[in-house]
Amino acid sequence: MLSGTMVNSSLQNPGGASPEQQLIRRVQDGERELFYELVRPYERRVYTAAFAILRNEADAEDAAQEALLKAFKHIRQFRAEARFSTWLIQITVNEARMRLRRDRSAVIEPIVDHPDEEGNYTPRDFADWREIPSETAERNEIREKLLEALASLGEKYREVFVLRDVQHLSIDETAKALDITTASVKTRLLRARLMLRDLLAPGLGGSWSSRLSFVKGKKPW
Amino acid sequence: MVVTCEEVWREISNYIEEEVDPALRAAMEEHFRDCKHCTAVLDGTRNVIQLYGDERLLEVPVGFSGRLRRRLEQEMPAPRGNAWGWMVAVAAAALITIGGVARRSSAFNTPLRSEHAKPAVVPVPADMMVVVTDDGKTFHAAGCRFIHDKAHLRTIAAGEAIREGYAPCMRCMRKYLELSSLSPMQLEDADDSENHGSGY
Repeated sequence: MLSGTMVNSSLQNPGGASPEQQLIRRVQDGERELFYELVRPYERRVYTAAFAILRNEADAEDAAQEALLKAFKHIRQFRAEARFSTWLIQITVNEARMRLRRDRSAVIEPIVDHPDEEGNYTPRDFADWREIPSETAERNEIREKLLEALASLGEKYREVFVLRDVQHLSIDETAKALDITTASVKTRLLRARLMLRDLLAPGLGGSWSSRLSFVKGKKPW
Repeated sequence: MVVTCEEVWREISNYIEEEVDPALRAAMEEHFRDCKHCTAVLDGTRNVIQLYGDERLLEVPVGFSGRLRRRLEQEMPAPRGNAWGWMVAVAAAALITIGGVARRSSAFNTPLRSEHAKPAVVPVPADMMVVVTDDGKTFHAAGCRFIHDKAHLRTIAAGEAIREGYAPCMRCMRKYLELSSLSPMQLEDADDSENHGSGY
């Protein structure tokens, strides 16, 4: 396996193509050992996309590996006009969705889902939540509550929220990765954000460490 | 311009993304000055975005990279260029030649799984990953509720599915098909060929 440094130094030939595009071309031409170098920058994105759908570390890791293997097998079908990262996430989303459907009976149904997507979402809680406790993301207790709240959302909201607000994809990239319209991305994103705020504000806005109001399987309102 | 709380909630995400026009923005800011509830919703929504945007929240599991690398090395097919690869290439070239001759004979044409499969005109992006079943006639976006044999799914590129004779699902691929030359009658016919008895 070539190191990243060696790969980069071997991609100095100009010609308009980015180093990534050159790397893709070389993998397409048969240099399979470069594939890991190509996908390494996207490991986290692929994993979190799978996690967003499957809500389980082990399943997400397995789906991410499977998705990257499929990406390798189909690398010759990748076209330069698409973004490689979006293409990878699209494959990952398909793989994870397929597993979810297959294992549907083993999955706990989400506690928060609103099939009436086109209707307006009304916030259920107006707790004041101005400040975020410092170092919040490092605190395991808070981290667990955030992941628990995220897992409680319906799949279609989780997918959009994770791609947009966790992975920071653009609205357009999120739409392409999930094969939905940008209008649907915006609608689902709004709902996901408001639902998460409803779930988290009463606890995190006040005495967050002692009385987080949501408990798995029970709605806080 | 005056906006209600309901209008504020509907636009709050776009407001945070700075995707509302100046007039609406000004009206919402005016509303926030007087409405504690909407201010609480705005602050909370911003906090949600900030909290989940922290990359420490969702990290890959320890050892993820090593395990991924090992699996890729184990399961990726052998590299091209060795002696076996050349033999395969020569055999493939021979098959292509035979295939080229055979294709001119209609007896060797790959049968389309569906009479609606029209490889030359299906406007689905060829590199889009779709799912098919061996016994089905159509290809679908993953998660489409008209997939009727979910236990035997394969993920392949749309171009490959079309080459294998699959037609696009008229439900989940509708947005592509609306751009195509298929007539509404053909769409209805194809919909009827789906197994509508299954769902999630």
